[in-house]
Amino acid sequence: MNENLFASFITPMMFGLPLVTLIVLFPSLLFPTSNRLINNRLISLQQWMLQLVSKQMMSIHNTKGQTWALMLMSLILFIGSTNLLGLLPHSFTPTTQLSMNLGMAIPLWAGAVITGFRNKTKASLAHFLPQGTPTPLIPMLVIIETISLFIQPVALAVRLTANITAGHLLIHLIGGATLALMSINTTTALITFIILILLTVLEFAVAMIQAYVFTLLVSLYLHDNT
Amino acid sequence: SQDSKMASVVPLKEKKLLEVKLGELPSWILMRDFTPSGIAGAFQRGYYRYYNKYVNVKKGSIAGLSMVLAAYVFLNYCRSYKELKHERLRKYH
Repeated sequence: MNENLFASFITPMMFGLPLVTLIVLFPSLLFPTSNRLINNRLISLQQWMLQLVSKQMMSIHNTKGQTWALMLMSLILFIGSTNLLGLLPHSFTPTTQLSMNLGMAIPLWAGAVITGFRNKTKASLAHFLPQGTPTPLIPMLVIIETISLFIQPVALAVRLTANITAGHLLIHLIGGATLALMSINTTTALITFIILILLTVLEFAVAMIQAYVFTLLVSLYLHDNT
Repeated sequence: SQDSKMASVVPLKEKKLLEVKLGELPSWILMRDFTPSGIAGAFQRGYYRYYNKYVNVKKGSIAGLSMVLAAYVFLNYCRSYKELKHERLRKYH
């Protein structure tokens, strides 16, 4: 049981070929493009949802920040669809791999911070010292603010990894417990099954919320820096 | 009569799969285009065949998306069968 618990997080390879590339590319198959004015139902639904999300998320930015709209929208679509696909049975979720989440978080955070330092140097440096701090505290506070700045990409990546991985592990464990309890005591198995259903509903919500949170935080770092 | 017999013979290469006789099947398969661009073309044709039949219609239903997800689940099951077969409810594995 111990080995099986983590077997679903191993990177899928087949005959030495990286199958994981195909799995990462699969969500793009579910978002077709079209150049028409009136599209089929799938594309119309996706366009409506995308317009809703982009209006809500990009409205706080100025002109310079709104050039990131394409990047942030594709980010939330990718993370959301990958997380939701990972809830299908036997599937592999790329966002459980810390390597991939770091690969998403570090460039985006670094892009926002470097943009801020290049265009608004004084304001970006001023972020390191909150207003109204007493003079003796200044050195320590600058150090603390620097640490909190550099921990942002790590926190972004680890937050996404830990949430999705923990959810998948809980589903595996409680599902296994339900199966084992069925022959011992059916009532307890029924209660565990209800817990499993509630957990699955929670995981659907978490899948979408985590995508939203990731993108929102990147957008916030951007807003600070444009 | 002789002319109509000559005109109705279609070369093997251009026949569709359902028109190929069973005895000709191995040679038909070997004559297909296995270059990378040929394989890419086959995937592209398959994709558009499915897309235009089930998704790109006026009143597409949930079945168009569900069939893709069901195939995805099935392929993932095949991929992880080697680990899953140890979890069967048997006395001896």
